[in-house]
Amino acid sequence: MRDVIIIGAGVIGCSIARELAKRELDVLVLERKDDVATGGCTKANTAIVHAGYDAKPGTKKAYYNVRGNPMFDQLAADLEFPFIRNTSLVVAFEGDDLQGLYDLFTRGVKNGVPDMQIIDETTLRKLEPNIGTKARAALRLGTGGIVCPYEMTIALAENAVENGVEFRLLTQVESVRPEDGHWVVKLASGEELKTRIVVNAAGMYSDVFNNMISSHKFEILPRRGEYYMVDKTFKDAFNATIFQLPTDKGKGILVSRTVDGTVLLGPTANDIDDKEDTRTTAAGLAEVLEHASMTWNNIPTRNFIGTFAGIRPRPSNGDFWVGEPDDAPNFFNAAGIESPGLTSAPAIAEDIAKWITERLNAKMKENFNPKRKAIPKFRELSNEERAELIAKDPAYGRIVCRCETVTEGEIREAIRRPLGARNLDAVKRRTRAGMGRCQAGFCTPRVVAILCDELGLDPTEVTKFGGESALLTGRIGNRKED
Amino acid sequence: MREIDVLIIGGGPAGLAAAVAAKKAGIDNLLILEREEHLGGILRQCIHNGFGLQAFGEELTGPEYAQRYIDMVEELKIPYQCETMVLSVSNDKVVTSINPKEGLQQFKAKAIVLAMGCRERPRGALGIPGWRCAGIFSAGTAQRFVNLEGYMPGKKVVILGSGDIGLIMARRMTFEGCEVKACVELMPFSSGLKRNIVQCLDDYNIPLLLNHTVVDIHGKDRVTGVTIAEVDRQTKKPIPGTEQYIECDTLLLSVGLIPENELSVGAGVSLARSTQGPVVDETYQTNVEGIFAAGNVLHVHDLVDFVSEEAARAGEAAAKFVKGSIAKKSDGVPVEEGFGVNGIVPQIIHPELLTEPVKFMFRPRDVYKGARICVDIDGEEVLRGKPHMIMAPGEMASLSVDPELFKKKGDIGKVTVRLEVRA
Repeated sequence: MRDVIIIGAGVIGCSIARELAKRELDVLVLERKDDVATGGCTKANTAIVHAGYDAKPGTKKAYYNVRGNPMFDQLAADLEFPFIRNTSLVVAFEGDDLQGLYDLFTRGVKNGVPDMQIIDETTLRKLEPNIGTKARAALRLGTGGIVCPYEMTIALAENAVENGVEFRLLTQVESVRPEDGHWVVKLASGEELKTRIVVNAAGMYSDVFNNMISSHKFEILPRRGEYYMVDKTFKDAFNATIFQLPTDKGKGILVSRTVDGTVLLGPTANDIDDKEDTRTTAAGLAEVLEHASMTWNNIPTRNFIGTFAGIRPRPSNGDFWVGEPDDAPNFFNAAGIESPGLTSAPAIAEDIAKWITERLNAKMKENFNPKRKAIPKFRELSNEERAELIAKDPAYGRIVCRCETVTEGEIREAIRRPLGARNLDAVKRRTRAGMGRCQAGFCTPRVVAILCDELGLDPTEVTKFGGESALLTGRIGNRKED
Repeated sequence: MREIDVLIIGGGPAGLAAAVAAKKAGIDNLLILEREEHLGGILRQCIHNGFGLQAFGEELTGPEYAQRYIDMVEELKIPYQCETMVLSVSNDKVVTSINPKEGLQQFKAKAIVLAMGCRERPRGALGIPGWRCAGIFSAGTAQRFVNLEGYMPGKKVVILGSGDIGLIMARRMTFEGCEVKACVELMPFSSGLKRNIVQCLDDYNIPLLLNHTVVDIHGKDRVTGVTIAEVDRQTKKPIPGTEQYIECDTLLLSVGLIPENELSVGAGVSLARSTQGPVVDETYQTNVEGIFAAGNVLHVHDLVDFVSEEAARAGEAAAKFVKGSIAKKSDGVPVEEGFGVNGIVPQIIHPELLTEPVKFMFRPRDVYKGARICVDIDGEEVLRGKPHMIMAPGEMASLSVDPELFKKKGDIGKVTVRLEVRA
């Protein structure tokens, strides 16, 4: 019998796993994909640590957002994932009712958001010289930040493994049922696992598991957001994350640099039926451009490097589901965690872990190691550090991804780590190989070769992201076989 | 820090020809830095023939063409380092590189020839909607898989864009038993060479759909098909109702090449918007004294033969610069792109220093019949070329101009190169 089974290895599941790893508990994380951080929400969002002005006062969203935000500094330092408190600005444009900024300010005060100011156009232009000509005023949020959501999740997972948590990837949960005071988690393979506690961090599918065991039912409604990415040449176009003041016409499109310098424009918000439908659309991308150009008048469309879409798990009641349903003790929901879910993750994890600890009377581990070493980022090292690294391991002297200056050493390390990369996109999320301006044109064949070398695969077995996403269809010269 | 007279960044056709020329011009302290394991650059994967007709008067494959220059480099004992990536070039010509053997190295160069080539425009640059699944390759990546690694990227192929690599891959994939269903081109003309359209598409009955584009990519894990549509000739926007679904497992992109100038920009080299390569003068010198550029890093060529020719001139100029025999320069005279001319090189000339003909190269903006290349000095026509049967953006146009033409004019404000098309 396990102590805890966590369903889902997104940012929520991994945050909880790492928090539970501090206790003397037998914890297992089940993930249906072949990597952590692969869901439509953790992998593809706006990567913002929100200040907390946006959520309605009194909601769980507001509570966890404002509590989660200040936890990022320590977490990022311990786990060595990229996090920058670059501040956020909510900008009002010509024709907007400036009262809207004051309303947000007031809401922020009610939510307990520190370090907010309303700034006039002159101050705004001093902070952000490239802001659109129609910008008139802004709400400045000193605690706003940016983070790499998948690197954060991978770091949490690696640290959890380091401290004794077990992960099973490619493991789909079919059902959860109560039995003699514990839970039985049935896998798609037919295998049944017993556990005292279940944590439902199944993201898009968290409604499915909750609704199996509780009469307090909810639905997760997929909402898609589409984005453009601009080459990192423009990383300094804006310092802060620039939101637009929400109006009756919409919530606005934001412009935000990422921790790696790429600039994101987006997201749209379209309700869709399919929880896996991460397609981009002509209409969605056009909408992003149209609205973002208010913030950034001359968007360098020649320097677009990519587009993507993420899916937000919008709960039907509009708020997070965190905690036990009263009719299903020892089943903990961390469900419906849409924005500001990334910001809220550390605080949600803290609460869930606390409740489980109390329930199971778990002791704190004495030898918990809170630190996780990041894969060396060659591109960010000094020349002295680079020389030293190559001297230690010549694989760091071989650049595989030119655009992002990623070395073979980093890629091998990404594959060798616990929960290591097993496909092209997993390597990309851990090292940035393929994320730059050529979008993997040059490095794909070389990353394939390294994956084969490390994992003993044939090139035809290498996938883009697992499943049926094989890159190559066979050897040359085999035309008769088709 | 090691001192080098002429440092050449890139060991592809441009870098090799520049090195050979610099050595022949008397530079012994020179070095080629190449990021791949072997010299030869992208030619290594271009196993088709058609190279060298201009340079050697015979038809060679890409690797054969490269080998001619590699042999010269070996015979001339020109030093080179492979697997060596240049991380930065400073404004005062300090070059920092890494490789697994020597580790991190720094060189102080008297002259540098930039010869880093170009990269392919990715899907993201076009914003094609749809799934982000496996099976979407740039044509050059697919070419590497097939020709160097020996693996097939797919079986049923649609090609977007009609650049030369895409056309070559249409034929190559057909040879390997693939069904190449169509080559889809947004423009009303191909951006590839005429001979490639004929020999790679027409000969295999592969349709070239002009004024079309891909508007959707289907397939959650792997491409299962694409939707194409006709585009409005002016706005280039898809025309509703013209959508067609094509079943395929692979989409190859051949939608343009971008000179790789991140290092150049880091060194303070100014780029021209139309070529996306450095602004150079008649000696291929950039705005940074002692930094020269040649080949696809300067502007995207159609034939490698012209790359070699251009790079040889740049290498020789770099040698002259090191020996002090390039005189102190004036700001020079700007060369402007007139009607029908796109991506002119050089963008600056120094009439007072010209000793040999200036070779202007550019891409015609559109397809023109019977067009002449004309040169104006301060708005006055001084040269009128012979009419060309046909000019097209896929083929580089060039014109060599006698230096006397500029010298006898005295003070010149600007030079314009333009096309004249009979009405």
